[in-house]
Amino acid sequence: MSNDKNTQNNQQDLPVLPDANGHFGIYGGRFVSETLSAALDELETLYIKLSKDPAFQQEFDEDLAHYVGRPSPLYFAEQLTKHCGGAKIYLKREDLNHTGAHKVNNTIGQALLAKYSGKKKIIAETGAGQHGVATATVAARLGMECKVFMGSTDIERQKLNVYRMKLLGAEVISVESGTKTLKDAMNDAMRHWVTHVDDTFYILGTAAGPHPYPMLVRDFQSIIGRETIRQCDAQIGRQPDAVIACIGGGSNAIGMFYPYLNMQDVRMIGVEAGGLGLAGDDHAAPLCKGRPGVLHGNRTYLMEDENGQIMGTHSVSAGLDYPGVGPEHSWLKDIGRAEYVAATDDEALAAFRDLTRIEGIMPALESSHAIAHGMKMAKEMSSDQVLVINLSGRGDKDIHTVAGIDGLDV
Amino acid sequence: MSRIAALFLELKKTGKKALIPYVTAGDPNPTVTVDMMHGLVDAGADIIELGVPFSDPMADGPTIQLACERALEHNTSLRDVIAMVSEFRTTNTQTPVVLMGYLNPVEAMGYEAFAQAAQKSGIDGVLMVDMPPEESGNNAKIFADHQLDIIYLIAPTTTDARISEIAKFSSGYVYYVSIKGVTGSAAIDVADVSKNLERIRSRVDIPVGVGFGINNGEAAAAVATVADGVIVGSALVNKIAANASQPEKAISEVQGVLAEMRSAMNANQGS
Ligand SMILES: Cc1ncc(COP(=O)(O)O)c(C=O)c1O
Repeated sequence: MSNDKNTQNNQQDLPVLPDANGHFGIYGGRFVSETLSAALDELETLYIKLSKDPAFQQEFDEDLAHYVGRPSPLYFAEQLTKHCGGAKIYLKREDLNHTGAHKVNNTIGQALLAKYSGKKKIIAETGAGQHGVATATVAARLGMECKVFMGSTDIERQKLNVYRMKLLGAEVISVESGTKTLKDAMNDAMRHWVTHVDDTFYILGTAAGPHPYPMLVRDFQSIIGRETIRQCDAQIGRQPDAVIACIGGGSNAIGMFYPYLNMQDVRMIGVEAGGLGLAGDDHAAPLCKGRPGVLHGNRTYLMEDENGQIMGTHSVSAGLDYPGVGPEHSWLKDIGRAEYVAATDDEALAAFRDLTRIEGIMPALESSHAIAHGMKMAKEMSSDQVLVINLSGRGDKDIHTVAGIDGLDV
Repeated sequence: MSRIAALFLELKKTGKKALIPYVTAGDPNPTVTVDMMHGLVDAGADIIELGVPFSDPMADGPTIQLACERALEHNTSLRDVIAMVSEFRTTNTQTPVVLMGYLNPVEAMGYEAFAQAAQKSGIDGVLMVDMPPEESGNNAKIFADHQLDIIYLIAPTTTDARISEIAKFSSGYVYYVSIKGVTGSAAIDVADVSKNLERIRSRVDIPVGVGFGINNGEAAAAVATVADGVIVGSALVNKIAANASQPEKAISEVQGVLAEMRSAMNANQGS
C-alpha cells in the first residue's frame, strides 16, 4: 500500500517492510510448525494477488463505507480539551464503527480473503470479545460456520460479548489451558487450524502472529490513519503533533501509525497496559518491560521469565491482556520512530470515567489507556498543539467490569 | 560421524528400525527423568527425544500440554534439562539424545551458550518445532559447529519443493508428522504414510522417522515396515499422567508400552 506523504520532511523515508520473509528488522517472521507453512504460503499468495486487484479493493472499500459506516469521525473533544487545559484533543471515533471497535476493519478484510480462498469455515481467537464479535458478524453475513476460541477467564469478564457471539450464530469455545486468557486462546486457535487446515480460514485478530498476518492486519487497519490524515487536513489544516493509541497486540495502533511513518514530525505513542504498575509483574507491557523472544509464530518483545517461559499478564482490560505485541511495533521501538509507555488500571479507569462524564462518550477499557496517557500529555502541551487519540472501541462491553469495581452487580 | 548417523547405519546392517520414545523432561518431576531415560533404553529405545517444557506448546495436544505444566510446576528449565542429559551420560554413552521443544527457551539462554552446553552434556541433536529452515539462519550454523544434528519436521502439507529445501538443512534424520494436527490426536493411517514416504525418500537421503498417532504395538510394527524410525510420545506420556504420584510405577508402565512396541516391531522385522 502507498505511503501517504502530506508533509515535507528532509529525513529519509523508512524502508518498506516487512521484507519478503515477513521480517521487520530482526522481528516478525514465520516461526511455526511445519504443518502450517503451506497454509501461510497460500494465504500470502492470495493476499498479495488480491491486494493488487482493484475489484477486491473496491469491495473492501464499499463494505467499510456501507456496512461498517466509515469514515469514522475525527471529533474535536472541546470539553476534554478545556478540562485538561493544554493541547487540543481530537478523538478518532472507531467506537462508532459497526460492532463498536476498530476490530471490524480487519475482519471485513480477512472475511473477503476467506471468501476468495474458497474455505468454508472460519475460526478466530478473542480476548475482550470484540474481535470475536466482529468475526461472528462477518461470518453471519457470509453464511459461514464460525468458531471463536476464548479463555475461560475472559469468558467470565466479557459475558455480554460471549452472548453477542452466540446470538450471531458463532460457537464460543472455552479455553482452559495455561492462563486461560488471550494467549491461550491463540494457542488453541492455532492447534485447531493445524488440524483443519484444508477447510478452515483463520481470521487472526491483531497485527501479530506469523507472516503474513502482521502485514495484512496492518494494511486493513491502515484505513484509520489514512482517514485521520485527510480529516486533519480538512478540519484543522495541519497534521497533529502526536498520535496516540493503546496497544494489546497492536492492531489499532499500527493502523493509526502506519500512514504516518514517514511524517517524521508527527510523534507516535503506543500505550501498553500498566496493570498494577510496571514495578511489579502484574501488567501487560512487553515493549516497556519485556525483551525479544519467539511466541505465536513471530519474534517480538515478550513478557517472559529468565528461562524463556511466557509469563501470565494482568490488565483490567481483557483486550490488552497479552504477553506479546505485533512485531512491527518492536521494530519501531528499536529504531526510535515510535514511543511506548504504559497506563495503569487505575489511570485507565479514571480516564473511562472522565471521558464518560466530560464528553458523554464511554470508551472501551482498552481505549481508556490511550485516553489516560493523552490527557496527561495534553496538560503538558500548549493550546496551539494538537493530539489525536485513537478511540479504538466503545465501553458498553465493560459496564459489568466497572460496576463490579464499584461494588455493584448490574 | 554423529552418534545418530552411526546408530542408523548399525540398525541398517541388522535390518532393524529405530524405536524413538518422547518424554517431557521434568514430568512428573525432575528427579524422575534420568531414571526414566535409562528405563526407556532398557525397554528397547534406540534414540530418546527429550522434551523441553514450554509454557505455550502450540503444536501439542492436551496430553503433552499437561506434561509441560507438570514439569513447569517444578520450574524445570532448559539448563535443568541439559544437566539431566549430563547425568544420563555418566552411565550411558551410547544412546543418542535429541532435545525437542520450542525456540523461546533457547532464545532466552542464547544460541551459542545453549549449543556449547548441549554439546558438552552429550546431547546429539535438536528439534525445534517452531524453527523451520527459513528461520534457522545463523542458528543452524551454531548448532552444526557444536556437532548438534538438526532434525526438521516434514508434514503431509509440505510441498515437494519444500521437502528438497528442508533436506538441505537436515542432519541425523527427518521427522515426518503423519497427520494434520497436534500431538496425541487421531490414529495413524499407514497407507497414507507410505505414499508420503515415497515422496520424501526421493528427495531426502537421510533416515526418516515417523511420529504422531502411533499408540500401540500394532501401529508401531506397521509404521516400521515403511519408516526408518518409529516415534512415540503421547501414548507414553499418558501413562506418566496416570501415575504422576507414583514415579516408579510411571516408569514401569511406560516401559510396558514401549516393550510391546519393540517386540511387535522385531517380530515383523525378524523375517
Ligand atoms: C476496543 C479495543 N481496543 C484495543 C484492543 C487491543 O487490540 P489491538 O492492540 O490489536 O488494537 C482491543 C482488543 O480486544 C479492543 O477490543
